[in-house]
Formats: sequence, C-alpha cells, structure tokens
Amino acid sequence: MSPPVAAKPTPKIRVSNLCKAFGDKKVLDGVDLDIMPGTSMVVIGGSGSGKSVLLKCILGLIEPDSGVIEIDGVDVLRASSAEADAIRSSIGMLFQNGALFDSLPVWENVAFGLLAQRKISRKDARGKAPEFLTPVGLAASVGELFPAELSGGMQKRVGLARAVAAKPDMLFFDEPTTGLDPIMGAVIDGLIVDCVQSLGSTALAITHDMASAARIGTNAAMLYQGKIVWEGAADQLLHSGNELVDQFTHGRREGPIQMELRK
Amino acid sequence: MLDVLLTPVALLGRATLSVCRSTGQLTLFLIEGLSHLLRPPFYVRLFWQSFVEFAYFSLPVVALTAVFTGMVLALQASTGLSRFNAESAIANLVVLSMTRELGPVLTAVMVAGRVGAAMAAQIGTMRVTDQIDALTTLSTNPMKYLVTPRLLAGAIAVPLLVVVADILGVFGGYLVAILKLGFSSQVYLKNTYDFMTRLDVVSGLVKAVVFGVLISLLGCYNGYRSKGGAEGVGAATTSAVVASCVLIFFFDYILTEAFFTR
Ligand SMILES: Nc1ncnc2c1ncn2[C@@H]1O[C@H](COP(=O)(O)OP(=O)(O)OP(=O)(O)O)[C@@H](O)[C@H]1O
Ligand SMILES: [Mg+2]
Repeated sequence: MSPPVAAKPTPKIRVSNLCKAFGDKKVLDGVDLDIMPGTSMVVIGGSGSGKSVLLKCILGLIEPDSGVIEIDGVDVLRASSAEADAIRSSIGMLFQNGALFDSLPVWENVAFGLLAQRKISRKDARGKAPEFLTPVGLAASVGELFPAELSGGMQKRVGLARAVAAKPDMLFFDEPTTGLDPIMGAVIDGLIVDCVQSLGSTALAITHDMASAARIGTNAAMLYQGKIVWEGAADQLLHSGNELVDQFTHGRREGPIQMELRK
Repeated sequence: MLDVLLTPVALLGRATLSVCRSTGQLTLFLIEGLSHLLRPPFYVRLFWQSFVEFAYFSLPVVALTAVFTGMVLALQASTGLSRFNAESAIANLVVLSMTRELGPVLTAVMVAGRVGAAMAAQIGTMRVTDQIDALTTLSTNPMKYLVTPRLLAGAIAVPLLVVVADILGVFGGYLVAILKLGFSSQVYLKNTYDFMTRLDVVSGLVKAVVFGVLISLLGCYNGYRSKGGAEGVGAATTSAVVASCVLIFFFDYILTEAFFTR
C-alpha cells in the first residue's frame, strides 16, 4: 500500500482498523480500506473470509467491535442514529441472495425504496415499474409476478433494479454474478457499470469471479484472515506480484493460502 | 459427588438467568414496537392485512371451538348440578365461564396456534433470507414495518374474536339446554341475561387485549431473532406458539387475580 498523498480528496468511504468477532472467531481483524468518490472497488477473498460481514458493517446491519467507518467524512458509528440513517439511506445494496420481499410483487419490490421515501405514490409505482425493469433486461409483465415465480438470475436482476431505483450515491453489490451463467454474468456486470456511470455513484462490489472483477472494478482489494492484504488497480489483479492474490486469482491449490477447516 | 448435588443448582440458576434475560429482551422489544405507534409513517395497509389474518381467517376455528365448548359446559353442568338439584344454574355457569375464562383463553390459544405460528415463520424467513436487512437499506425501519402493525392488529382483533366466542359459547350451551335437557328457551335466555355482569365481560375483553398483544409479540420476537436457515425458522415457530400459550395462561391468572380478588 502506498502512503497517502498530501492533497488527496476525502474518501467517500473510509474504513479503518475495523474489527468484528463472532464469539471467539475473529472475522474482521483490523480492516483498512478507502474508497474514493466515483470509483468502483472490488473486494475479493475466500469464502467465509468476512466480505459480507464487512459490507454489513458499513451498512450498519452489523455492529463492529471496534474501528472507524467514515462515509463522506462522517463517523457513522459515533454519529447520532438519525444522522447515520440519513447517510446510509444513500446506499443501494444488492444482497448476495437477492433478498427480495417475497410477499410483494416485483413492481412493489423494485419501487420499495422510492415508496418508503415518499418519492412516488403507489399508483405511479406500478405504472413506472417497466422503467426500472427494462434496463435490467426484464419485460414489463415481470412486474406483476412474485419473487418465487422468478428464476435465480431474474431475482438477481430484480434485486439490482431495486438497489438502483432510488438513484443512490453509493452502490454495494454482494456477489452480483454468482450462480448466473457466464453470459448473464457479463450482462449483469455491464448493467452495474452502466448504473454506476450513469448515476456517478461510488461502488463497492464483492466477487469471486475474476472476469467480473476486471469488468466492474477500477480498484481492487483482497481480504484474507481478517485483513486487507493487497490493494491496487483492478487490472493488476492477475499480475499483482502478491503471492496470496496470485494464488487466489489463478485458483491454484498450492501456495500460502491453505484450505482451512472453517469453525 | 459434590457435582451431582451442584448440577441441579447450577441448572436452576442458569434457567433463572435465562428467564430474566428473555423477559428483559421481550419487554424492550415490546416497548420499541409500541413506540412506533405514535410516530409516522403509519403502515395502514399492513395493519389491515394482519388484522384480516387475525380476525377474519380465525373466525371459523374460533367459532367452532366456542360452540362446542358451550355445549360441553352445559352438558357437564347438567350432570354435575343435578346432584344438587341445581340445574337452573346451568345458564349461569355457562355464561360466567365463557365470558370470564373460556372465551378469552380458548380464543387466544387457537389464535396463537394459527396466527402466532404463521407470524414467526414469516418474519423468521425474512430474517434468514436477509429481507429484514434489505428493509433497513431501503429506508424502512423493520420494527415499525413488521412488528408495530401486528401488535396493534392483535390488540384489536382478539377482543373482537372473543365477543364472537362469548356469544357462540352461550349459544352452544343454549342448544344443549333446549334440545337435550328440556329447558324452555325463554327461561334459559332470561337466566343467561340476568346472570351476565358487566365485569365478567369487560374482564374477558381486557384479557383478550393482553393475549392479542402477547401472541403478536412472541410471534414477532421469535421470528425476528431466528437464525440458521429453515431449522431456525422451525424452532422460532415452535417457541412462539409454546411461549405464547404459557404466557397466556400466566397472564390469565394474574388478570383474574387483579379483577376478582379484592
Ligand atoms: N450473524 C453471524 N453470526 C455468527 N457468525 C457469522 C455471522 N455472520 C457471519 N458469520 C461468520 O463470519 C464469517 C464470514 O462470513 P461472511 O458471510 O462475511 O463470508 P463471505 O466472505 O461473504 O463468504 P462468501 O463468499 O461465502 O459469501 C463466516 O465464518 C461466518 O460463519
Ligand atoms: Mg458473502
């Protein structure tokens, strides 16, 4: 990691020395990560390395044990809960498994954030659903279906439509392409890049998929044993010169990362 | 040797601690849920949905339970009271037991099995599939969205169901008294009417409000805190029903004590 340059702008999101343990299992053990405005950060790391936990800490869904999380320069862990909520309401999140509301039809899922913020009425929301669904490649008729009636890939796309509907300032993606066929994966990546560019948002994505990482990210970081072990440009992932990243990105069995038995 | 003696003590201690902890957590959960009643936004549609789920869809079970209970009461009373030549007290006994005790308690237990279980399963599933987290990221307070409407629906719907159960229970007793025990319809109804007191009915309805809140509270609380996939949701459902039934009987005693012993 290079030392900070003097006249750097404040990062959109700054995580420093973040720690979180579940019981005696340290999941995050001093994570430091800066994400600059308008960039896309891709975080890679083995299964169970705490990537989702990191995202949930920033979103305020899990309370970390110690550390600092600053969004737009505001320390959200120490700010008043109203202030922290206001800041976090400008984060759109695509959950690892979609997390669509299964009691609501697709159109209501997609418009949920806008309805909650009173930006549109229910009547308009239904009519406007195609506006959100078409960009993610779903027909307007899908709006009337329920999440259980969709395939996994369609659910991911509805989740994406829901995450970007309120035009958030920051976008988080937890494994947006896992479980999709390669073409659909590329399509979703394209959508993410489009969304981020058209909204001018800052993005933080988690992925296991190197092709996807290269497509989405401008920057990349690797999480290993609770720490960020490497950070650099996303196109450097495949030739980072870091043993851990190298082994991970090339999927080699031999190397410094040994398969651990997860407790 | 000492171990054998101390193990039960340790178990008892641990059980006491865990009861205290759960009581505290439940109370905090309830206070948070109720605190949203007064702060907008209000989810009227969600309240209405869960009210319908509580009241309308529980009507058949509650109605059947109440009718049969009233019938059984009349029949048992006739066999018991005939020993003292006091059959005329049948109407009295039916209306008193239904309004004070059986109407509220049986309704609440049936509703706990039906609605409380469904509530825990639904909220539990939302928890383990990250839907509750998703609510938060979409500018919605999950307590306000999921818990508050259900608490209110329980507090309003269960008393209404109890009114129905009281009426149908008395009707069940009336059927048996007229058709089987040879009472005259007028006398039975007059006895019922004369013996019915306002305190009996009101105390029953107050119980119903408390039971309604308990059912929603335990359904939501267990669902909200469930973890670990389908198994966790199953466990949450079971404990919602078991705990609400136990607490219904517990509060039934407390409230009876409060109303009728002076
Ligand atoms: N609520 C929780 N309670 C206890 N342990 C948890 C909880 N959430 C996560 N963990 C543990 O934290 C570790 C990291 O989990 P996390 O979901 O962040 O992994 P991940 O890096 O996202 O993995 P994957 O790529 O498989 O999604 C896991 O070992 C998990 O068991
Ligand atoms: Mg994950």
